[in-house]
Amino acid sequence: MGVKKEEIVFWLERVAEVMAANREYLTELDSAIGDADHGINMHRGFDKVKASLPEYASGDIGNILKTTGMKLMSSVGGASGPLYGTCFMRSGMALAGKEELDCADLLVLLKNCTEGIVQRGKPNPGDKTMYDVWLPSVQAYEQAASENGNNVLASLQAAVQAAREGMTATIEMLAKKGRASYLGERSVGHQDPGATSSYLMLQALLDVINT
Amino acid sequence: MKKLINDVDNVVVEQLQGMALAHPELKVNIDPHYICRAVTGDKVAVVSGGGSGHEPMHGGFVGYGMLDGACPGEVFTSPTPDQMYECAKAVENGKGVLFLVKNYTGDVMNFETAAELVAAEGIAVQSILVDDDVAVKDSLYTAGRRGVGLTVLMEKIVGAAAEAGCDLDTCADLARKVNLNGRSLGMALTSCTVPAAGKPTFELGEQEIEIGIGIHGEPGIERATMKSVDEITEILTTRILADKGYTRTIREWDRVANDWVEKELVDEDLNSGDQVIAFVNSMGGTPLSELYAVYRKLDEICTAKGITIVRNLIGPYITSLEMQGCSITLLKVDEELLKYWDAPAQTPGFVAR
Repeated sequence: MGVKKEEIVFWLERVAEVMAANREYLTELDSAIGDADHGINMHRGFDKVKASLPEYASGDIGNILKTTGMKLMSSVGGASGPLYGTCFMRSGMALAGKEELDCADLLVLLKNCTEGIVQRGKPNPGDKTMYDVWLPSVQAYEQAASENGNNVLASLQAAVQAAREGMTATIEMLAKKGRASYLGERSVGHQDPGATSSYLMLQALLDVINT
Repeated sequence: MKKLINDVDNVVVEQLQGMALAHPELKVNIDPHYICRAVTGDKVAVVSGGGSGHEPMHGGFVGYGMLDGACPGEVFTSPTPDQMYECAKAVENGKGVLFLVKNYTGDVMNFETAAELVAAEGIAVQSILVDDDVAVKDSLYTAGRRGVGLTVLMEKIVGAAAEAGCDLDTCADLARKVNLNGRSLGMALTSCTVPAAGKPTFELGEQEIEIGIGIHGEPGIERATMKSVDEITEILTTRILADKGYTRTIREWDRVANDWVEKELVDEDLNSGDQVIAFVNSMGGTPLSELYAVYRKLDEICTAKGITIVRNLIGPYITSLEMQGCSITLLKVDEELLKYWDAPAQTPGFVAR
């Protein structure tokens, strides 16, 4: 069972709904250690993606992801715009021409998202960023896929489980990147908003594939 | 929240529309947002940008002798790469584009992305950071020092050099030199309210002040009790003068490798016998009368330390909405920097004759 193009489109629409629903929650997390705009910015960005999806949803998966990245890049602002923008643009370029994703393709997607974050943000594990969600998630996916004979659903379940744990683990971390880093010790005890929006994105992908 | 606004979602665009009407010599582009000179010369294009709410910076510094273009983001939110890319393309004249970027994670990432897009078009580009806020102690465990008051002085000096015909590398070297010779520190008497948030960014008691405040209300070094202007000026100035050898690793664009290269940069010391430009800035809500009281004490401390203030700038140039408070910037200067500081400039927010 692969992931069809329609499911990728559903996923992006679903992320827009999830960001709208979590607008206040993400902003609240950000107000504790950042500048209180993460929910507002993510909502604005994915709202724009959702509004313009009908114009580009007929392209191949690579094109859809790449265009989504460009939309995010030009509408989110802050640090999340270039980070998520690079994520989607890179995975889109890596999956050019695809009409359906198999288990290995989905790994390409997750890997390129993660590498996009590294390229743009230069994070290290444990810096209290979205990387603390993506890195364990892609590792869990790869390991699960090799153990379960490339089962997409089971591998993605493992990835989302790792994403959730990664997100929760940011609570105890001391921020070393972004505006939260200026708080030093005071950043401990708060869950990272970028890690949270990343988890929500991966959970939305699982939800779409699982239905 | 009491503000002169119609709709919180339209504050940036309505400000731009007003600016366009008031300054027909500028081109104000709405989609995407950028402000640039209607006519650009045969010179290096100097472009800056950042979140709105710091006016007159940056849009108010577009004009002869300073910036060629500026990209305003939402209030306190970085602008996006498409704005910077379109703005750069609008003002570029074959001599290359220099981005002057305040060191905030969002601004840096968006400008880096924009520089890659501009470079991909075959346009010579460089991006120089300003990170002068001594409130941030180290760069190892944080995103590094923030870009604050020195940005204004950098835009004036580098803008003048570009106007004088210096090439891209010379302008970039000069911007780096300004950054390594300047330091700032700010303080807040009150918070400010971002329109979209609707409530104050932070809480400050009637008798409390924040020393080392960032221009978006980021926490500083310490929360202190209210003091006299002399005491506050002494705290800020003493910290600036005591600051030595700040070291950080930053990224600059390598046009040959077509990629980013890391560079380690170290601040120059400020010592007795040095000459400085002294800049006393209002955070937005503090009146000029109080800034002069700050300057009075600042001059006394510098004189006692053997540092000569050869030029000064006093007023609201890099603000944080309606926040009350001030910042002090000291830039060590030589003949080269002074020459460009003294060069004429004609912009909505800064005029030099």
